[in-house]
Amino acid sequence: MSTDYAIIGKRLAGLDEKDKVLGNIVFADDFILPGMLHAKVFRATKASARLKRLDVSKARALAGVACVLTAEDVPHNESVKNVVGQTTEVGLLEAKHQVLVRERVRYWGEPVALVAAETPKIAMAALKLIEVEYEDLPAVFDPLEALKPSAPKIHGNNNVIASWKLRKGDVAKGFAEADVIVENTYRTPRQEHAHIEPESGVAWVDDTGVVTVRYAAQVIEHYRDIATVLGLPESRVRVIGTLIGGGFGGKEDVTVEVFLALLAWKTGRPVKLTYTREEMGYGRHKRHPYILKYKTGAKKDGTLVALEAEVVSDAGAYVYLSPWVLIYSTVHSTGPYLIPNVKVDARSVLTNNIMSSAFRGFGGMQMVVAYEAQMDELAARLGMDPLELRKKNFLKTGDVTASYQEITSQVRLEECARRALEALGEKSPGSARKKVGRGFACCWQSYGRMTYLHDTSSCWVNLEMDGSAVVRTGIPDLGGGQRESIRAVVAEVLGLKLDEVHVISTDSQVTPLSGTVTATRALYMSGNAAKLAAESVRQIIVEKAAELLGVRQEVLSLRDKTVYSREDPGKKLPLAEVIKQCLSQGKVPQSLNTFKAPFTEPITSDVIKDPVFPDFTFGAQAAEVEVDTETGEVKVLKWATAYDVGKAINLNRVEGQMEGGAAQGLGFGLMEDYLESDGLPLTWNLHDYLIPTSKDVPDIKCIVIQSESGKGPYGAKGIGEPSISAAGPAVASAISDAIGVRITHLPITPERVFFALSRSPAASSNPGLPGGKPRRSAP
Amino acid sequence: MAQTESYEISLTVNDRPLSTRIAAETTLLDFLREQGFIEVKRGCDKGDCGACTVIMDGKAILSCITLALQADGAKIYTVKSLGTWERMHPLQQAFVDYEALQCGFCTPGMLLAAKALLDSNPRPTREQIREAISGNLCRCTGYQKIVDAVEAVAKGAYR
Repeated sequence: MSTDYAIIGKRLAGLDEKDKVLGNIVFADDFILPGMLHAKVFRATKASARLKRLDVSKARALAGVACVLTAEDVPHNESVKNVVGQTTEVGLLEAKHQVLVRERVRYWGEPVALVAAETPKIAMAALKLIEVEYEDLPAVFDPLEALKPSAPKIHGNNNVIASWKLRKGDVAKGFAEADVIVENTYRTPRQEHAHIEPESGVAWVDDTGVVTVRYAAQVIEHYRDIATVLGLPESRVRVIGTLIGGGFGGKEDVTVEVFLALLAWKTGRPVKLTYTREEMGYGRHKRHPYILKYKTGAKKDGTLVALEAEVVSDAGAYVYLSPWVLIYSTVHSTGPYLIPNVKVDARSVLTNNIMSSAFRGFGGMQMVVAYEAQMDELAARLGMDPLELRKKNFLKTGDVTASYQEITSQVRLEECARRALEALGEKSPGSARKKVGRGFACCWQSYGRMTYLHDTSSCWVNLEMDGSAVVRTGIPDLGGGQRESIRAVVAEVLGLKLDEVHVISTDSQVTPLSGTVTATRALYMSGNAAKLAAESVRQIIVEKAAELLGVRQEVLSLRDKTVYSREDPGKKLPLAEVIKQCLSQGKVPQSLNTFKAPFTEPITSDVIKDPVFPDFTFGAQAAEVEVDTETGEVKVLKWATAYDVGKAINLNRVEGQMEGGAAQGLGFGLMEDYLESDGLPLTWNLHDYLIPTSKDVPDIKCIVIQSESGKGPYGAKGIGEPSISAAGPAVASAISDAIGVRITHLPITPERVFFALSRSPAASSNPGLPGGKPRRSAP
Repeated sequence: MAQTESYEISLTVNDRPLSTRIAAETTLLDFLREQGFIEVKRGCDKGDCGACTVIMDGKAILSCITLALQADGAKIYTVKSLGTWERMHPLQQAFVDYEALQCGFCTPGMLLAAKALLDSNPRPTREQIREAISGNLCRCTGYQKIVDAVEAVAKGAYR
């Protein structure tokens, strides 16, 4: 059944979009204040070292330098966070962070000192005057090496900083029943977010003594972290979030805000800090590289009987969100399949590499690489159609996952995969040299934060005397149009036009806190909060109008600033008149409401035995590629992406998420890897670290399925993260289909294709390829 | 710090004449942003991302790897020259209608790259559109709706 909405589900242009094309948005780096200083960060050029000597006196003495700060100047330089649900098996139960290096450097690029000066040029000159001496310390860069007892320890006495498990049934019994077993090890890359807007912000101390930071923030609640570092009450720190020029998780952890607050607080002057593109490389976390050892067993008819997996993620030098990312990996590791016997052991391990943390997909998307390649291999071994095999095993509504969570929403995976494959159309012709192949991947990805975190989201809505509405919501907009979705929901409920709703967003002391723009939670949580608040305001209006018109509340509707009876359209009142009547009796048409996600008990065991997520989004992507067997180059010819989004609030924006996720996942599959050599970063510029251009991405067919079975407003699910998850695995599947060899190490670069082909039995019969062994092993 | 030579330059930006003295090494991007044209974005400062694209004497150029000195006597146009809230340029209207943007950070440069293309080739193919914007990175959209929007304008949907 489809309800007739005025705004929801349409392709309506928002107001922010207009300002964006007109060049009107004042992004973080566009903001200036009188007397503003410019900051730079002095960073370590060692991956593992003791800081023997740090002398900033010459930098401090340089004319035009206002301030140079070292760890000595930071009131609370170190912080410790407990990692939930971990047993003593893991050893280190605390995540330690330092704002600036006091003694030990753990990764190349770690911040050592901060400079604020009259101009950016002077700040740069001051960096060159900072003198530093290091003593090299033992280091470890390979996560498998870091697991060994003899490995150098990054913090404490154990490099394993998180361990989660799935235990269901008996895998030995399961594999004994299997007719076919597939075993493979997969590796995924260290992906860089590469949002086009660098991390940036301006901080100042306002005329009431509040330390204020205006910056590109996915999490405005970082005002609490700033307060902790400065030793101030949380009420004395304010974050004003800007419209973000892309985030994808890159602006989720602390970036510039603590540095900015420190410098503004110390100098009493406004300060700007914008990372350079290089600094975005070596100064900010990346996606976790994973090593995924999978063993999957099935019966002749394709029924899955057992999965055993060992998962290792490279956390880099600091804990950040690694334990939580690993929970996602563990829960999602089975894929959207019902498997009776499951044993999964996942660990996250510290190394001296750049730290890993949040990135769209958050540990769930790396798993797809393994579980979908396993399904393809099983299908090949069983001589089954790969979709038929999956269909036999898809989770269904009411099924219980291997993490003991019941699936409550609809699962339209078969429809997603079938329609994505159909959308590819007729297969393109290949040639002897250029092989064409097709593949697809299915996925599941949670939306909403983990339920033991007890997530809430608040929103305030008010009707002005003329019937226009003002909304206050803390939710940041990282580019996906989160603010416009709030506007659409409120306009729909109150029967207003989009330009009659003004949304004030993302200010920790002005807007009710709505939580983070992370975890595909923005629409689900803040959309529900906005709907609750708008409905409360609507109720105030309807009650009064029913009284004035002498009709039942249930028959009243709001549209075009009029309250009217659906039964007797002659019975109506201008909305402004109803508001006037409300106000005259002290009934203000405003409401502050809080939406609460389902709450579960905190995790107490490293075996996941209880529901962790509110719900899941399901989908599939399909790709057709052409592989040049002489050069190893892969050209993506066709692409289709199909997800059940629950309900589209704005079709254009949903498709935008799906297309953008596909392209970012295509990069993950084919070209993106942030390389380091013994901790030394190698790819910090966008001419070294290549992301897909308009010529790398083909036309994308977008299939939006709407089951209206989600937990978001109007039955919406989340789509931000799910949209990337199946992309890399789909292209990997297509390459395998084209060349007959499965490449298990992403990204699938021309080199990897070339060496995989030259090792394959088919290579010797192909005159275009060198016979025998490659001169060096495949990277 | 070493003192650098400075020069007087005169140019127009969005038809507004500007004459000023600049240090020789000043990039056109730094110059424009210092003059208040903050709609010109800095994404990489290396000529890699295209966010700083402006139109100089009819051509889309990267202002981060162009010296302000090279713009002496030039006519520069930023995205603000295209249209206004009440009267948007066809490309701007198409970008809004097709949602050919998300975060909007690459959008000013993307629009100007598209405008330079249509000014020199009013009827480009989709391949030519993809070629013309291939120096402008967008991390949000996957380019699909950008190509669709430019194609719609090229086909005359916004005349």
